[in-house]
Amino acid sequence: MHILQLVGIGLTATVLVAVLRAQAPQFAMVVGILAGAVLLIQVVQSMEDVVRTLNNLAVSAKVNHAFLDTVLRIIGIAYIVEFAAQVARDAGESALAGKIELAGKVGIVILALPIVTDVIDAMVHLLP
Amino acid sequence: MTPEIRAIFQVAGIGFLVAILHTILKQSGKEDFAYWTSLIAFVAVFVIVIGYVDHLYKEIERVFLQL
Repeated sequence: MHILQLVGIGLTATVLVAVLRAQAPQFAMVVGILAGAVLLIQVVQSMEDVVRTLNNLAVSAKVNHAFLDTVLRIIGIAYIVEFAAQVARDAGESALAGKIELAGKVGIVILALPIVTDVIDAMVHLLP
Repeated sequence: MTPEIRAIFQVAGIGFLVAILHTILKQSGKEDFAYWTSLIAFVAVFVIVIGYVDHLYKEIERVFLQL
């Protein structure tokens, strides 16, 4: 990832969207979605090294692999949901954005449920 | 100029052209044509964008969800 390149893409897309918004609002929205997707693709691709390093650390620390797996899944859900909600909010659909975020929150809670159960199990075992 | 940047400029260019075409067609009294031109161009552009969003989903799935 080249930070200058990414910022350049963002600025170029911003100028294009700002000019297009007066002429053709629907195309402005589409350009916004496209630029956001391109930027996020680059960011996620460079995120891969971080995830791999975390994975190696977890393996060498002998942490239960399911925990890190859950955390990574939650991060992935957060990225997708944030992207979709911002697109919806950008198009003036705040209500829809709220629903998308609600869906993401529910998904995260469902994913985190096994960890919570594990913690409560451990606490119950500690109690006399 | 990577393919992604080219796609952004392509979509913006199609948007400009369609806006101009829409105005011309509307001023020459062909409102029906203007509407359909905008709609078809929008669908065509949307297909490009959907491809990129699909790519984004696949990347996120590959990096975060399948380790």
